[in-house]
Amino acid sequence: MSTGHLLVVGAGQAGAQLISSVRTLGWDGPITLVGQEAHAPYARPPLSKALLRGAASAGSIGLRSSAFYAEQCVDLVAGERVERIDLTGAGAGTAESASGRRWRFDRLALATGARPRRLPIGGADLDRVVVLRTLDDALALAGLLGTAHDLVVIGGGFVGLEVAATAAAAGVRVTVLEMAPSILNRVVSVQTAAAVQAAHEATGIGVRTHACPVRLHTDGRGGVAAVELADGTVIPADLVLVGIGAHPDDELASAAGLRCEGGVVVDSCSRASDGYTLAIGDCANLPDPSTGASGKRLRLESVDNAVEQAKAAAATLTGDPRPYRSTPWFWSEQGRLKLQIAGLASPDDDVVIRAGKRPGQHIAFRYRGDRMSAVECLNTPADFLAVRAALAEGISLPREAVADTATALKRLQHLGRERPSYH
Amino acid sequence: MNAEVLYIQPDGTERVIGAIPGDSVMITAVRNGIGGILGQCGGSLSCATCHVFVDDHDAAGFAPISEDEDDMLDVAATDREDNSRLSCQLIVTAGQHIRVTIPKTQL
Repeated sequence: MSTGHLLVVGAGQAGAQLISSVRTLGWDGPITLVGQEAHAPYARPPLSKALLRGAASAGSIGLRSSAFYAEQCVDLVAGERVERIDLTGAGAGTAESASGRRWRFDRLALATGARPRRLPIGGADLDRVVVLRTLDDALALAGLLGTAHDLVVIGGGFVGLEVAATAAAAGVRVTVLEMAPSILNRVVSVQTAAAVQAAHEATGIGVRTHACPVRLHTDGRGGVAAVELADGTVIPADLVLVGIGAHPDDELASAAGLRCEGGVVVDSCSRASDGYTLAIGDCANLPDPSTGASGKRLRLESVDNAVEQAKAAAATLTGDPRPYRSTPWFWSEQGRLKLQIAGLASPDDDVVIRAGKRPGQHIAFRYRGDRMSAVECLNTPADFLAVRAALAEGISLPREAVADTATALKRLQHLGRERPSYH
Repeated sequence: MNAEVLYIQPDGTERVIGAIPGDSVMITAVRNGIGGILGQCGGSLSCATCHVFVDDHDAAGFAPISEDEDDMLDVAATDREDNSRLSCQLIVTAGQHIRVTIPKTQL
């Protein structure tokens, strides 16, 4: 295949997958992968767990070996922030980094990711008030945890709960604050959220819902000392982790004239509004790829989407565009708790609970009418895979059947397997 | 002493990769661009996309299968066989020479 220069901006999970997949599919032109972090592409999931615990290191979480980039003739440029993109038509253009490096490209893929939302209250800029997104964030947090006594986590989402569990296991007193009526708000059913909350409370983590931080108190030396809530409660804290979601990094795309609406707007083949530039991973605003999708647009912040959307986008780049179809899935390890979600439920979808065989196990099936929309599993990885396969096939398991623990979910595994695949 | 993993694709294509002791057979494959081993969850026993068939001579060199791994192999995308393992659970030790065959599909 005679191809030109592919520039990939963003060297996270999606960017690393795209350069691998596009080579496999026959892109034979030069490829440049530019990332603003000083590290080669690495896995983010261990940042809140193994890396904080000291069980993984910067060197052990790389997504590809250093030899891989050379073998694949990919020019990996780490530590350069692309600041400006000029599109000159038919997908081609130039990009310029903050340090003045320039690249001319024939095709461009944006995999710029997302950045943490900041806390919009007084004291948010005090020392020891941190976020966790990057490897450098994680290394800094690991250092701070070594001397912390009281960690307050603001935001009861995946990142916050994972860090809370890791810190508690290391002997730090932990309080999780969530503004909504339940943790993992709008991510899982209230029943699953309650089970997750109970599991954390059993390990000594304090969880407060309806908790609205209004101010961070200083220790008088520039560091944080406490978190004050709207109801006047003051919670001591010598370390605060803010985990309240992320903003898509779409400013480059927007400045280049591409349509952005809370993420780079792409079609089902990952093409932005110019019809050529690709956007993948956390920064993309894409049509729901689920089986039986409603056609609504969303962003998916997950490893699964970064990998699978990148594979689909690689096919688009190599001249075989086909709509990205996938059953989104998510997982979160929080101490000994393994939470897995497949499918996308609306907050008002019905909930059918299947009791676990062992303590700590729980499955919540979500339904919209008779259609199974999602499943939420706690500590049941095999059942999760069986139900995810059914969701991927567009098969709705009947409500009465899933509630009956005498029926093994894995009996459903052999339902038709043929699905579109990308390489 | 260096370790090596020989990966055999469903079509018979073979590739040998030098492995770092302590790394899993899954991560060694993913980092070196071996197709057919996805390892979506990064090795946390959440996805069963790193299923392999381990050469019988090599099976004894690894930790025994856990209950979760066993249950997950039951629902892997390619039917399990007696020598099926999830390769994220196969930790390479120094001097080991391992042969694994990759199944047709992982998803």
